[in-house]
Amino acid sequence: MQDFYRQQASPIHKLDARVKLILALAFIFFLNLTPDGAWPALIIFLTVSFSIAIISHLGIIFVLKRSLIALPFFLAAFPLIFSGKSPHLPLQILPNLTIFYSPAGLQRFITIALKAWISVQAAILLTATTRFTDILTALQQMKLPRLWVTVIGLMWRYLFVISDEVTRMLHARSSRSAAAPGKAKGAGTLFWRARVTGNMAGSLFVRSIERSERVYTAMLARGYDGQLPASSTVPLTNRARLVIATGLLGLLLLWLFSLLSTS
Amino acid sequence: MAAIIEIKDLSFSYPDGKRALSGINLTVYSDEKIALIGANGAGKSTLFLHLNGLLNGEGQISVKSLPLIKKNLAQIRAVVGVVFQNPDDQLFSPTVFEDVAYGPLYQGLDQQTIRTRVERALCDVGLSGFSQRNPYHLSNGEKKRVAIASVLSMQPQILVLDEPTAGLDPRARRELIALLSELPQTMLIATHDLELARQLTPRTVLMNAGSIIADGSTDQILEDKSLLLEYGLL
Repeated sequence: MQDFYRQQASPIHKLDARVKLILALAFIFFLNLTPDGAWPALIIFLTVSFSIAIISHLGIIFVLKRSLIALPFFLAAFPLIFSGKSPHLPLQILPNLTIFYSPAGLQRFITIALKAWISVQAAILLTATTRFTDILTALQQMKLPRLWVTVIGLMWRYLFVISDEVTRMLHARSSRSAAAPGKAKGAGTLFWRARVTGNMAGSLFVRSIERSERVYTAMLARGYDGQLPASSTVPLTNRARLVIATGLLGLLLLWLFSLLSTS
Repeated sequence: MAAIIEIKDLSFSYPDGKRALSGINLTVYSDEKIALIGANGAGKSTLFLHLNGLLNGEGQISVKSLPLIKKNLAQIRAVVGVVFQNPDDQLFSPTVFEDVAYGPLYQGLDQQTIRTRVERALCDVGLSGFSQRNPYHLSNGEKKRVAIASVLSMQPQILVLDEPTAGLDPRARRELIALLSELPQTMLIATHDLELARQLTPRTVLMNAGSIIADGSTDQILEDKSLLLEYGLL
């Protein structure tokens, strides 16, 4: 597993984490309030995302590659094409096979797919240009309950430990997944292989719980009482405030435009 | 003696760019027992992960004259048995039996052969009668032995062990060394335990920062205190 952050010397990287966090959340918020079929507005949202990818020296290819993670969302919205509002039109696929689809549903599907895709891009841009610790500090400075921030921080920290553990377990399993002499491949039924994988997941779960208990004991040993020390809050600079205000205003205008441009 | 593992000019960098191995040349002969010593981060474990194709660096490796390429992986993994440093990574089944039977089951052997192999392997490591226990609840030394049994049940010709004595109490360590000295396989052992090398392995290879610094008789290398001190082993 790799860290999401990509070191670059760009104006986007230098922005205060709070600015980026607020604008990214607002971007996702307004994007998802955009009505179905507001194509011009959606294209502008996409353009904004691509522009930030270029300004931050990450490149569009980098963002496109990572945004493939949005694919499962497409799948979830896919049935809309057939279950959308009437009327349903016939579509001939094979000479003797005709299916009915709903144009309104298709429009909705494409809108949802685009929104999911662009929202993921915004999240990718935020995490690739901002160190995770900075995002955590920003969350704390924005008065998110400290316990939440602690939980998110610890999860992030141990995600890497556990993913290393998974890698080592998979290595150990591959090492013993051999072919009998004279045979080309390994054997074992699918059911058995699935059961082994289940056992691995179970043992990982038990080990993670035990690790969390050890971590907690170690925290208590160092005086943890359920409250992490607050990080000092530096007020936002005037320039940062200006960037936030401009960004929010722009997003608001873009959203109003999307309401008008819906056919 | 015939060469059983040949490594030629092996180099490897991790995806984050960290260079882990550079220009490794090593030949292991049949029935040899070799200690691989070196400080933490010297590249011992990385080298081991190459011996059965879990990592793919640049260079050539052949095992029993089979080049280590994707097509031969399944066969090579039957020849090279790797025992990992942390037994918990290796043991993932609810019972010791299932863990030791994993390799033979994967090979598609028949039930009777599997049962014989598991019993034999558990007997070899001195854990007969443990087959229905949960590996998670064993002591560290016992877990180590189960991990070794789970590899022995595949009847490999080469045993590769990553720090087998790390974290063991003196008695468990002594018993483990005795066990390893009785096993007939060709052995490659990564270790910080110089005493183990002295007792078990006539040949020692010293690694540092991804390269082999010295390769020779254990007595000679362990005699050279300044060498050991320089590379963080004393």
